[in-house]
Amino acid sequence: MSNSSPPDRHRLGRRALVAAAATTLAMPATAATPDPAITTLPDWSQILGDGVQAHPYGVPSPFEKHVIRRDVEWLTAGQQSSVNFTPLHALDGTITPNGLCFERHHGGVAAVDPDQHRLMIHGMMAKPVVLTMQDLKRLPRMNRIYFLECAANSGMEWRGAQLNGAQFTHGMIHNVQYTGVSLRSVFETLGIDPRAKWVMAEGADAAGLNRSIPLAKAMDDCMLAFAMNGEALRPEQGYPLRLVVPGWQGNMWVKWLRRLKIGDAPWETREETSKYTDLLADGRARRSTFVMDAKSVITSPSPQTAASPRGRMVISGIAWSGRGSVTRVDVSLDGGRNWQAARIDGPVQSLALVRFYVDLDWNGQEMLLQSRAQDSTGYLQPSKPDLRKIRGVNSIYHNNGIQTWLLRGDGVCENVEVS
Amino acid sequence: MGFVRMLKYLEEGLLFVNKKKQKNFLILVPWGRGWRVAVKPRYGEPLRTLVMTVFLCVGILAPSPITAAELLVGRPALPAEIAAWDIDARPDGKGLPPGQGNVKQGETLYLERCAACHGEFGEGAGRWPELAGGAGTLAHDRPFKTVGSYWPHATTAFDYIRRAMPFGQAQSLQADEIYALVAFILNLNDIVKDDFVASQDNLATIKMPNAAGFYDDDRETAERGFWVANPCMTDCKPPARITGHAGAIDVTPDSKTAPKME
Ligand code: HEC
Repeated sequence: MSNSSPPDRHRLGRRALVAAAATTLAMPATAATPDPAITTLPDWSQILGDGVQAHPYGVPSPFEKHVIRRDVEWLTAGQQSSVNFTPLHALDGTITPNGLCFERHHGGVAAVDPDQHRLMIHGMMAKPVVLTMQDLKRLPRMNRIYFLECAANSGMEWRGAQLNGAQFTHGMIHNVQYTGVSLRSVFETLGIDPRAKWVMAEGADAAGLNRSIPLAKAMDDCMLAFAMNGEALRPEQGYPLRLVVPGWQGNMWVKWLRRLKIGDAPWETREETSKYTDLLADGRARRSTFVMDAKSVITSPSPQTAASPRGRMVISGIAWSGRGSVTRVDVSLDGGRNWQAARIDGPVQSLALVRFYVDLDWNGQEMLLQSRAQDSTGYLQPSKPDLRKIRGVNSIYHNNGIQTWLLRGDGVCENVEVS
Repeated sequence: MGFVRMLKYLEEGLLFVNKKKQKNFLILVPWGRGWRVAVKPRYGEPLRTLVMTVFLCVGILAPSPITAAELLVGRPALPAEIAAWDIDARPDGKGLPPGQGNVKQGETLYLERCAACHGEFGEGAGRWPELAGGAGTLAHDRPFKTVGSYWPHATTAFDYIRRAMPFGQAQSLQADEIYALVAFILNLNDIVKDDFVASQDNLATIKMPNAAGFYDDDRETAERGFWVANPCMTDCKPPARITGHAGAIDVTPDSKTAPKME
């Protein structure tokens, strides 16, 4: 172990910093003077770097320290019932790193001792049981990649463009690989009463968060997950056990899962009545809107990314659907008048996020960048005006309208609304 | 008889090995699905088993078969354990515990344990949630959703307060106290009279003003237009006009005009 000197000041000489600053700027096509990043030897090419155990649990480069989850302080009364956002603008590929997955808690992060954690399954079944984490890890396992989106993602944008950044407008989503056991296989061995229709899932946190899940969904593809991206769940994602409810709103993916109760009717808990119901313009509200509609967003360029230079440009974005797989993504440069097919690169899986690109040569002209996703059921992501015609502006939840970024001549983006 | 034969062979084996005056001359080695007795080899020697042991010794020396109990994962939940965790209540009254509490008792408790955040009249202190008011505002431009104006069931308030409130002191209230608090919150919302007593028997029968205000997800029919066979690719609409800028409102963290919290 090294003596822990602050990592971001560790052996970064002045020369190195100057060189690093120079290379973050786009390279001109021709050079008048030799590049000091080449002509000056940086410290890291001369002095030995950290040894193997400098970071027993690895951390990102200090140059990436701005890539963090962010909250919006004015949104909530305190930090324990609050939310922060995945830095989508700074990520690429399809898998979200564990430490950057957005957080939403209703009673803070429960600090659960896995040896003291129990899962109770009871209600309409022959024999109620208690399982330990060790018990769960002795059952056959599965690995699945799924996106998780909070139903309130983009909820601040119903009345118009408000927050300047993909992180804040769309950052209540992440996409990771879960390891766990199939809920159906557990239920099948326990013998559920055939008259049962619903399952109530409850967390061990200080909110005791509880949601009703149709038994049909539980028997279809739900998982009891104890790992994400190959390691134990992070505390803020429900360590040691969370429910995985693929394609459905994040609030149902109960974290710190301690209890599953089988019943014949929904519980209509606070989280499925007061919250997570969609108030429409006529004053009535939709409930049980579990499925997340197809949606996409351009993550780069976007308002938080560095100014884009003229010339070659990569437009990068993500798309997903709770109804199946993403079959196409189109990108518009003129605010939705004309569209071109984007290139999807990387895995395309049902109920998981895909990454798309458009590679273009930009002449510095203003552009209104949009993306629109279509899924395997034919659902086409609607424009915000079309969505508001049906859902009004008071719904809070399920805002999957097409996002517009204005790319200005100076290469900087702004969140705008278009006709 | 088999056992006798085994002993005989074993004896012969002992004699055989004894001649060599070797210590710890017999060892057990795993063999197929059972065990065999073998002559302990010297370094570099091949392993020589004694033929006789296989099926005779299996019953005595092999690991016993896995029992049905060992194959069960988890164990039965005890009634006391279920009782300790079974805190949910449903709109049909299932799960409500015995007990009762009136508006007056609820007010006293509420002022002590809830008003600091939710306000003396449920109006919400600062940015903490409101619990009362908002009747008739759901179709307004700025709807005001509270237990009184929005919630379809009074039992939900019981279930929620029992598990989550007071915020930071979850599950510290007794059943009678929760009934009293629900009675008081309903009274704040003009849903029950001042002399109301909430109990296991009547909470599921309270008619909430917005009980009929909800309907099941109908997106697949009401929004059928969003399913499109061939998405439009060119000249899909008139040239786009910018109708709003986030920069104009600017409430983004880090922006110069964003609201600052203490
Ligand atoms: C420290 C502040 C605090 C105190 C004290 C407190 N609450 Fe709360 N209450 C909250 C917060 C925060 C929420 C929202 C939690 C969330 O986001 O899930 C809430 C939510 C609620 C709700 C649901 C509101 C809605 O519309 O969904 C009810 C009902 C409620 N509280 C009742 C009570 C009662 C009764 C007490 C006293 C026994 C109490 N609270 C004490 C902070 C507080």
